[in-house]
Amino acid sequence: MCTVCGCGTEAIEGQAAHEPQHHHHDHDHEHHHDHGHHHHDHPHETVGLIDAGAGIAGVHVPGLSQERIVRIERDILSKNNDYARHNRERFARTGTFVLNLVSSPGSGKTTLLCRTIEALKQRLPIAVIEGDQQTSNDAERIRATGVKAVQVNTGKGCHLDAHMVGHALDGLGLEPGGVLFIENVGNLVCPAAFDLGEAHKVVVLSVTEGEDKPAKYPDMFAAADLMLLTKSDLLPHLDFDVGACMAAALRVNPHLQILAVSAKTGEGMAAFHAWIEARAARRVPA
Amino acid sequence: MHEMALCEGVVGLVEDEARKQSFTRVKSIILEIGVLGHVAPEAMLFCFDAVSHGTMAEGAKLVIERTPGAGWCLDCSKTVPLQERFGACPDCGRHHVQITSGDELRVRELEVE
Repeated sequence: MCTVCGCGTEAIEGQAAHEPQHHHHDHDHEHHHDHGHHHHDHPHETVGLIDAGAGIAGVHVPGLSQERIVRIERDILSKNNDYARHNRERFARTGTFVLNLVSSPGSGKTTLLCRTIEALKQRLPIAVIEGDQQTSNDAERIRATGVKAVQVNTGKGCHLDAHMVGHALDGLGLEPGGVLFIENVGNLVCPAAFDLGEAHKVVVLSVTEGEDKPAKYPDMFAAADLMLLTKSDLLPHLDFDVGACMAAALRVNPHLQILAVSAKTGEGMAAFHAWIEARAARRVPA
Repeated sequence: MHEMALCEGVVGLVEDEARKQSFTRVKSIILEIGVLGHVAPEAMLFCFDAVSHGTMAEGAKLVIERTPGAGWCLDCSKTVPLQERFGACPDCGRHHVQITSGDELRVRELEVE
């Protein structure tokens, strides 16, 4: 239910069902906004303190209680980060170079990955972890190229976390000195926050998505080390301003490297593959 | 929504702490969430009830304190307030600002018995 006003009941990712019968709000009550977390003007929000005001909340006054206060000061992501560190240690032992591919759905990650695998599989052992909410379609596409792939279905989850990746590794059996691609769930928001133990996040943005994406979803572009501007073969047919897109991306991340690529025509792919090979070569098994 | 996973993280930290400090009930959980971070407080509140159900954090009140955004402007050589992540310096208008606070995502304290 809505924890602010107590109306309605709905499932957590709550599409629909949020139709309060007993009263109506005059504000646009979009609690089912899965990914619109940023900068939306929510009328309930006041800077300083947010109070649930529902359930057991409302009977408690912070600071006035006689009960014990335990200060813990721990980062909410610390558990994930512990798993990520553990994964990173495993990768170091096998000398595996790991990339975490993140993007919106439909940016062309899987196609890009298939082409990349075709180009590199003779020279490097390659494995893939595929993250999607449902289906193993992507893992099957990857396996068709002849490399090992594990599909992780997150169910309701909107991102992969380090714990899921750890389990996926158990079933993968990494060969020493190889490359592991982790194709994250298509989502330009949540995966930014979750370290999986990778060497780099690679953000994939297709030219059909609009050049202002880095400004709209800055966290992902800030977290990435490389941006691939995909489907560049479509540029002549679009009003996409490559310069404006790069400027927006560099504003949130001055260190971001950017390559324009087309998995269809092969444009720029050699540069991406060289980027991978050069970095993978620096990994020496411990 | 990743607030689900973050709430699971909060419950996990509470359970860890309960083992260490031997308490059995949590009355409230005070979180510090910076205004420049990637977390929507109302979504945290929304998810917490569902995630804490059946755990020792069930029934605890989630109190979210927002820490304001601030950054160090390299051009002005001073700390300036920031309204948005990667925003410009409010004085000089340039983007040479490093975030110094406002992206916190922490469990600060628990009120337990």
